[in-house]
Amino acid sequence: MTQVLDLVPIWTVILALAVFFYVLLDGFDLGVGMLYGLASDARSRNTIMNSIAPVWDGNETWLLLGGIGLFAAFPTAFAVIIPAVYFPILVMLLALVFRGLAFEFRFRDAENRTFWDHAFCYGSATATFAQGVVLGAFIQGFPVRDGQFAGTSFAFLTPFSVLTGVALLFGYGLLGAGWLILKTEADIQAAARRQGRICLIGVVTAIAIVSIWTPIMSSAVATRWFSWPNIALFAPVPVLTGVIALWTWRSLNSKAEAAPFFGAIGLFVLAYAGIAISLFPMIVPYQLTLWEAASSPRTQAFLLVGTLFLLPVILTYSGWSYWVFRGKVRADVGYE
Amino acid sequence: MHFDPVLLSRIQFAWVIGWHILLPAFTVGAASFIAVVEGLSLATGREVYVRISTFWTKIFAIAFGMGVVTGVIMPFQFGTNWSRFASAAANVLSPLFAYEGLTAFFLEAAFLGVLLFGRKLVPPWAHFVAALMVAIGTLFSSFWILSANSWMQTPAGYEIINGQFFPKDWIEVIFNPSFPYRLAHTVVAFFTTTGFVVLGVGAYLLRRSRSVQEARLMMSMALWLLTVLVPLQMVIGDMHGLNTRKHQPAKLAAIEARWDTSKGVPLTLFAMPDDRAEHNKFAIEIPLLGSLILTHDINGEVKGLKDFPADQRPPVAIPFFAFRAMVGCAGVMLALVLLGGWLRWRGRLYDTRLFLLACQCAIPLGFIAVIAGWFVTEVGRQPWTIYGLLRTAASVSPSLTGSDVTLSLLGYMAVYLLIYPWGLFLMLRLVRKGPLETSDAAPAIEAGRPAAPVLAPAINVVKGEVR
Repeated sequence: MTQVLDLVPIWTVILALAVFFYVLLDGFDLGVGMLYGLASDARSRNTIMNSIAPVWDGNETWLLLGGIGLFAAFPTAFAVIIPAVYFPILVMLLALVFRGLAFEFRFRDAENRTFWDHAFCYGSATATFAQGVVLGAFIQGFPVRDGQFAGTSFAFLTPFSVLTGVALLFGYGLLGAGWLILKTEADIQAAARRQGRICLIGVVTAIAIVSIWTPIMSSAVATRWFSWPNIALFAPVPVLTGVIALWTWRSLNSKAEAAPFFGAIGLFVLAYAGIAISLFPMIVPYQLTLWEAASSPRTQAFLLVGTLFLLPVILTYSGWSYWVFRGKVRADVGYE
Repeated sequence: MHFDPVLLSRIQFAWVIGWHILLPAFTVGAASFIAVVEGLSLATGREVYVRISTFWTKIFAIAFGMGVVTGVIMPFQFGTNWSRFASAAANVLSPLFAYEGLTAFFLEAAFLGVLLFGRKLVPPWAHFVAALMVAIGTLFSSFWILSANSWMQTPAGYEIINGQFFPKDWIEVIFNPSFPYRLAHTVVAFFTTTGFVVLGVGAYLLRRSRSVQEARLMMSMALWLLTVLVPLQMVIGDMHGLNTRKHQPAKLAAIEARWDTSKGVPLTLFAMPDDRAEHNKFAIEIPLLGSLILTHDINGEVKGLKDFPADQRPPVAIPFFAFRAMVGCAGVMLALVLLGGWLRWRGRLYDTRLFLLACQCAIPLGFIAVIAGWFVTEVGRQPWTIYGLLRTAASVSPSLTGSDVTLSLLGYMAVYLLIYPWGLFLMLRLVRKGPLETSDAAPAIEAGRPAAPVLAPAINVVKGEVR
C-alpha cells in the first residue's frame, strides 16, 4: 500500500489536542483538589468536591487517551519517554488512586473522613507535582540508544524538573480557582479569588524563569526563538502572555465570574504554544522527530478513521454531561 | 540488590492486573444489571425497581471508582516496564487499546456522572439511557481489551520486519483465532460473577428478613440468569479448550500436566507436577477421560510437554492447579443453580435456610474462578508475551534495574493492600444496610464534624501560628 497522505501532522494535532484537553480538564479538577485543603469548613469542602464530582472521571480519561495516543501514534517516543520518567509516573498513578477514591470513600466512610480529606488534597497536589516533573524532564530531553531510553531511572530529578513541578502546582491551582469562582458563590468564591491571585503570581514567575532557563539550557531552543525572523514572528507569545496575565489579575479583583477561568486557560494555551515552538518537530526533544517516532502508516490510517468519527461524538456527549450539571453547585446534587 | 527486573516486572504486572480484573469481573455485569433494572422501572413504574437500582448503583459506584483508578495504571505499565514489547507491538496492538479508550472509557465516564448524580436533573428515560450507556461502555471495553489480549496469545494478520510487528489485515488482527472464545468465556464469566454476587446478597438479606421484597426479586432475577449462563459457560469453556489445543498446545499440556504425547490419555484429577524431573508425583487419573474431554474422541492424541524445548514450556504447577480451581468453582456453581431451580419448582426457594446460606457463601466463587482462569491463560502462555514470537524476557524496559522495580512493586503492593480491604469493607457495609434503609434521605454525615480546614496545621506553620 503506497501512502498518499502523510498522516503524521494530523496525528500531531490530535495528540496535542488530547494532551491539552487533559491538562485543562484534569488540571482544573486537580487544582480544585488542592484548594479543597484550604477550605475553612466541612460545608465548603462538600460544595468544592461536588463541583467536580460528576465530571472528574471523564476529565481523567483524557490522560488515558494522551498516554495511549502517544503509544499509538508515536510508539518509539512512548517507549523512550515513559521508562525515563518511571518514578514520576509511579508517584502520579498512586496519587491519582488516592484522590480518585476520595470521592466515594470520603462520602461512604464518615469515621475516616479526615483521612480521605487529606488523600484528596495531597493526592491532587502530588499528582500535579509529578506531572510537572514529567514536563520538566521531557523538556530537558533523554538519552536514547536503539530506540530505547538509555539513561537511569533517577535522571529525571533535576532542579529544572522540580521547578516545573512547582510551576504546575500554581498553574493547576489557578485553573482550579477559576473553576471555583465559576461554580460557587459567596465566601467560597471570595476565597478562590484570593487563592487565584497567589497562584497567578506563582504562574507568571514560573513562566518567566522557565522562559529564561530553557534557552540557556538548549542552544537549539535559543536559536529557535532569538534568530531573525523568528524573534519577530514569535514575539506575540510573550506579549500576549503578559496581556492575559494582567487581564486575569484584574478579573480576579472584579465581579467577573467566568473571566478568571478563561484567563487561566489563555495562559495555558500560550505556555503550551511556547513549548511547542521550542521543541517542534521533536517528540523526544533533541533526539527523535515526530516522523522518526511515528507508527506505521497503516496503523495511523486505521486509527484515524475511527478517531475522526468518535472524537466529535465524545465531545458531544461529554459536553452534554457538563450541561446537565451546569450553573452553580446545588446543595442537593452530589455527595451530601 | 541483585533482583531480576524481568521477574519483578512480571510480578508487578500480575499484581496490578490481578487486582484490577476483580473489579470489571463485577462491574461489567453490575452495569448491565442496573441498566436492566432501570429499564424495568421505566417500563413498569414500580418503586421496588428504583430501590434495587439505587442500592446496587451505590455499591457499583465504589467498585467502578476502584476500577477506574486501578485501570488508569494499566496502560502505563506497557511504557514503564515493558517498553521493548511496546515498541515491537505498537503498530498492531495500539489501535485496539486506543479504540477501547475512544469507544468505552469516555462513554462510561461521561454517563457515570449522570447515572450517579443525575436522577433529579434529567428525565427518567435519560437516566435509563445513562445506565445503558455505562453498561454498553463496559462491554465495548471488554471487546477491545480481550481482542488485544487474544492477539498476544494467538497473533494473526501481521508481518515482522526488523523485529517489529506490522499490521497486514485488521480484521484478522482483531478477530484472531482465540478472540471469539476468549471474549465469550470472559464476558459470561463476568456476568456469572455478578449473578452470584446479586444472588448471594439477596440470600443474605432474606436470612436477615430485611428488604424482603427487593431481596426476593434479586434472587429470582439472578437465578434465572445463572440457570442459563452456568451451563452455557461450560460449553464455551470446552470450546475455548479445543481452541487452546489447536493454537497453544504447550499451554494445554501444562494445564493437564501431560509430559508425553500419546493417544487415549487419562484425565489427571490430582498430581504434583515436577518441572525438573518431567514427571508427575502422586497422580490420580481416570483412564481415557482426558482424550475424551480434550479432543472429543476417546483415542484422540494429546501433545505432551516433552515435545517442546525446555525453554519454550510454561511452568506446569500454576496452570495445572489454577485450572482445577476454576473447574471446581464451576462444579459448585452448577450444583447451586440446579438446587435453586428445584427449590423454585417446589416453591421453597426463599425459605430454605441452608440454601440461602450456601448462596451467601458462594459470593466469592465467581471472583475465584476469574482469577484462577486468568492464571491459567497468562502463566500458561509463558515464556512469551506474543505467543511463539516475542519472549517475556526480551520485552522488559532495558533501563530498569532490580531495585527500581522493587521500589515500584512495594509501592503498588502497599497501596493495593490498603485500598482493596477498605473498599470491600465499605461495600459490605452498604450491603448490610440493604435497599430499604439506603434511601436518598440518609442523614447528612457531616453532623458533629469539626469545622477546621484540612491543611490547618500547614497553614498555621506558614502564618507562624504553630501551637
